Amino acid sequence: MTDKKEWPLWEVFIRSQHGLAHRHVGSLHAPDAEMAIMNARDVYTRRNEGVSIWVVRASDIAASSPSEKGPLFDPANSKVYRHPTFYEIPEELGHM
Amino acid sequence: MSGQEALFEYLLRLGDNTLILGHRLSEWCGHSPALEEDLALSNVALDLIGQTQLWLNLAGEIEGKGRDADKLAYLRDGRDFRNVLLVEQPNGDFAATMARQFYFDAWHYLLLRELTGSKEARIAEIAAKGLKEVTYHLERSQEWVLRLGDGTEESHRRMQTAIDDLWMYTGEMFESDAVDEAMVRDGIGPDPSSLHEPWLGLMRSTAEEATLTLPQPGWAQRGGKRGIHSEHLGYILADLQFLQRAYPNATW
Amino acid sequence: MYAQMVKTGVDHIQSKEEMSPEERAFQDRVDQDIKIEPKEWMPEAYRKTLIRQISQHAHSEIIGMQPEGNWITRAPTLERKAILLAKVQDEAGHGLYLYCAAETLGVSRDELMEQLNSGKAKYSSIFNYPTLTWADIGAIGWLVDGAAIMNQVPLQRCSYGPYSRAMIRICKEESFHQRQGYDAMTKLARGTPEQKQMAQDALNRWWWPSLMMFGPSDAESVHSAQSMRWKIKINSNDELRQKFVDQTVPQAEYLGLTVPDPALKWNAERGHYDFGEVDWNEFYQVVAGNGPCNRDRLRTRVKAYEEGRWVRDAADAYAAKKAARAKAKAA
Repeated sequence: MTDKKEWPLWEVFIRSQHGLAHRHVGSLHAPDAEMAIMNARDVYTRRNEGVSIWVVRASDIAASSPSEKGPLFDPANSKVYRHPTFYEIPEELGHM
Repeated sequence: MSGQEALFEYLLRLGDNTLILGHRLSEWCGHSPALEEDLALSNVALDLIGQTQLWLNLAGEIEGKGRDADKLAYLRDGRDFRNVLLVEQPNGDFAATMARQFYFDAWHYLLLRELTGSKEARIAEIAAKGLKEVTYHLERSQEWVLRLGDGTEESHRRMQTAIDDLWMYTGEMFESDAVDEAMVRDGIGPDPSSLHEPWLGLMRSTAEEATLTLPQPGWAQRGGKRGIHSEHLGYILADLQFLQRAYPNATW
Repeated sequence: MYAQMVKTGVDHIQSKEEMSPEERAFQDRVDQDIKIEPKEWMPEAYRKTLIRQISQHAHSEIIGMQPEGNWITRAPTLERKAILLAKVQDEAGHGLYLYCAAETLGVSRDELMEQLNSGKAKYSSIFNYPTLTWADIGAIGWLVDGAAIMNQVPLQRCSYGPYSRAMIRICKEESFHQRQGYDAMTKLARGTPEQKQMAQDALNRWWWPSLMMFGPSDAESVHSAQSMRWKIKINSNDELRQKFVDQTVPQAEYLGLTVPDPALKWNAERGHYDFGEVDWNEFYQVVAGNGPCNRDRLRTRVKAYEEGRWVRDAADAYAAKKAARAKAKAA
């Protein structure tokens, strides 16, 4: 019934802390706005608490020029094993 | 059964539920319907594994025999596992996984919400952390039940089959035994039957919106809480425990 | 690396005099390190090469989930299980970021998936080797991710904006991948004799395929020269391979493990390790589809995609119904 049609592309904007405006972090596919928001949370915040997420259908964006540089995003704080410093690497080995 | 023994049993139930369901969900990683869903299901699995560590470590502490979460997870045999039968059911298709998840999440949510008021402070603390995560799990599995129920003819048929097939594993979550009674007596946990009505309410409203027919109350499969499991659990443990069993006393 | 031997469709490097005015303006921007953004004018060959390269990279992330995913349910502790699951999940995320970057060049994810599923698209040769023991999970993190990082760090500066941004995000998230692998190997190398044996065996099996990841020497390749000119390839394959060997050998020594290469020797004069010749025949065989796991990897991917179709369709149908209902309500 939905022959070869893929889920639409959404652009994701996230406000990570109070006082900072929403910023573009990337895109994803989702069937509708609710799922897009949930997917954005799973894909782009690995579920940091207290974030605000906007999603906009990519096709609804009117653009004057190529987009600005996107921000980086920290993985969730409670998943310490995502951070390289969680692993002890002997000093004599230098950088890894 | 002493209060401590009952508490130990109770914590095993909490930790084994999250352990086994987390294990099942982790089987999806790389095989789900979309990349976005691989990420989402893995997040739920990671939350459940994290909760397992907290519950089983506390269980080991209460037991006082030097067993930690890993020892409890990796070195008990099936008869000593206390998870409900629902969570060990195979993933099946995506509808079966979501039906299992929705049934469990709704119950898990209601249970943790009660446990945040537990007299046992350590339980209240773990429940509070878990509740935040599970609130989201429930939102997600509910959204999928709606989409699959009210999606295409095929998805509707699959979702209806899934909720029918798994229904008989839900009754066990609301049944009470000596352990539950001890928890109620000591102000540690709720009477499981008190969660049934709110759970059913959510099931009914969601099924209606999803154009699904909720099965009639009927015979409930039971036994998981006492260590009488389905045949599936043995294979889960064969996978889960392989390295610890094949290389005893090694550290990883 | 995750993208090996990417063709550019050119047969020689154009001089600025040969270029059209647009081409010259484009090359000038690249030379000045000004990022190229979607919808800006770019040579067709640049666009096509980027799609090939980025999608190969994305496919590698997605196929790469399988060998490691193979051990998620068997990880030996709850913590190792969580770490491994988080890592494989990251790979799904990285594939996703990269597909999105490729989509800015006018191709859909479905088209790219179709190319992968039909066997038309390539992915890194390394993921066609099997993970036989738990130590392979450590070895992949340490060696395979270590090799990948060599290539990905410089690509953060590549000329195409969305690709560069995806690489920045990926590098930031990936920094834990290699370390967790080395950490797992350390535990094994310091463990029981059986564990140490397991670690050595994994190194024996993953060492040469890891060196193959950089691809054959491309000193003479016009495609590599063109890609470097476009700044979508930063270092030569041999350069990166040497860097990888120089970095990894001391790490192996620290673990008390032996790199399976009798020709390996420190060359004080060059300030680098000399090492033996990679079996390029094996490499070409694996790339051609004859590696130990090629068929399984592809079948598994196709199965997940096909079995997920009814789910994706259902979500679409639901969205359409909901939109129609909202419209009817508003009317």
